[in-house]
Amino acid sequence: MKRYFPIIVLAVLCVLPLVGLNTYLMHIVILSVMWAVCGMAWNLLGGYCGQVSFGHAAFFGTGAYCSGILAMKFKLSAWYGFLLSVPLNVAVALSMGLIVLRLRGPYFVLATLAIGEVFRIFAENVVDLTNGNLGIMIERTWVEKTQFYYIVLGLGLLAYAVVKFITESRWGYYFVAIREDQDAAESLGINTTLYKTIALTVSAVLTGFAGSFYMVYMGYIDPQIVFSLGEISILMIMVVMVGGVATFWGPTVGAVIMVILAELIRSIPRVGVAYQTLFGILLIVIIIYLPNGLVGDFAKIRRMFQRGAA
Amino acid sequence: MSLLNVDNVSIFFGGLAAVSNVSFDVEKGEILAIIGPNGAGKTTLFNIVNGFYAPSKGKVSFNGEVISGLKPHQICRRGLARTFQVVKPLQRMSVLDNVIASSFLRCDTKAKAEAVSREVLEFTGLTEDADIISKGLPLGKRKRLEIARALATGPELILLDESFAGLNPAELDVSIEIIRGIKARGITIMIIEHHMKVIMAISDRIVVLNHGQKIAAGLPTEVASNPTVVEAYLGAEH
Repeated sequence: MKRYFPIIVLAVLCVLPLVGLNTYLMHIVILSVMWAVCGMAWNLLGGYCGQVSFGHAAFFGTGAYCSGILAMKFKLSAWYGFLLSVPLNVAVALSMGLIVLRLRGPYFVLATLAIGEVFRIFAENVVDLTNGNLGIMIERTWVEKTQFYYIVLGLGLLAYAVVKFITESRWGYYFVAIREDQDAAESLGINTTLYKTIALTVSAVLTGFAGSFYMVYMGYIDPQIVFSLGEISILMIMVVMVGGVATFWGPTVGAVIMVILAELIRSIPRVGVAYQTLFGILLIVIIIYLPNGLVGDFAKIRRMFQRGAA
Repeated sequence: MSLLNVDNVSIFFGGLAAVSNVSFDVEKGEILAIIGPNGAGKTTLFNIVNGFYAPSKGKVSFNGEVISGLKPHQICRRGLARTFQVVKPLQRMSVLDNVIASSFLRCDTKAKAEAVSREVLEFTGLTEDADIISKGLPLGKRKRLEIARALATGPELILLDESFAGLNPAELDVSIEIIRGIKARGITIMIIEHHMKVIMAISDRIVVLNHGQKIAAGLPTEVASNPTVVEAYLGAEH
């Protein structure tokens, strides 16, 4: 049963649009999958390799602006943004890695946070290229949600396959070894700098795809949205923390919960504007009671419910 | 040619010479013990040989090739592995996965890496614990896991940093057998140890450090009767 679980999930996801969900529900599903991609990408670096990044908005935003700028300045299809985002995010990841990967623990976190903010401020100020805070508006390819859904589902599959392939290979062992003890890993013959760079780069490219998708799907971006610390970088971490760090399904579960929760909370009158505060409280509760997330602590949750029922 | 050559090595931390002008050779196939009182610079010396520190002066050569200045992972690839005094298991990985992570160094496929790892676990008597998350291992087994991981990298020379500290007598005997087994496989051993009983039982030669300097070297019996060594350990006679 467990072996077929991914196939069952995939089958359900493939036929989902045929059920005839309304546009709003489709929107929620699409956002969930997009966030799952972000979560899986972040998880590769933060969960498996143990390098907690607070600056992944840099890659998300770079991906989004690749699409946006191609469409606005070069009158090309925004879809080419996916292609352009690869070399660009690799370059961003490599240069970022030069700075941050020599740092450890809290210093790494702070450096990534600062770099994420640098990207936002850069995009706000290089008006000639990015339109600054006016943002970029493009015409969406389809009005329907279904096509976007299949595209984002493809991205989700790609991210899942990449993460699965990597974590089950030599690289996966090396990533976890680096997370658990960098000095031990180094003295066991693991080139820690190289493998941290690989984790960062793969994570960056996947995050960039989600960013490019955001542009073509939403049709509008500005630096405050796609380079946002709170709405992108931290939400990505929330997705993984809620779902379960270093688990296959954690980011997906976390993404669905966070997207739905965000929509629910925002629709509550008066309280809605404070949804980030509520997210903060949720994160505290998760860290205290389910430090391994919903997927990682699933056994614990089941026990809790069984005890409740008995 | 000796396997490892430590040539006039010094390292300074600020004004303190943690190791100064130490020279010695490790011959292929032998067990060389490094002993000395606390703070003598033994682990620092390991950190230099292993590549965590670059020596301030002098050089270390392995198989005739200068390795000081290389990174630990490069040195490990050349066939020099180490264990840590304060054990550093990859805590949230199983014992088997811990060893697989290091056997990947010389194996292309996971199947091969796993086969090598299981063999090493068998050798170190950890087969039964293969699936245990290493966080939960008792100290004696964690010390053995350190050795297993180092062995899995396929070393020519293995540096053992106090692999016997904190073990009970039964565990001591198991570990002594393992060390002898490593030697029987043709792997050269350099070991830091405080347990004199163990040192006398297994080592071929001993180097004694005190305050970062080499104060004696020789056969176990010679060293044990050397007045300078006795003085360093017990203080001068009054």
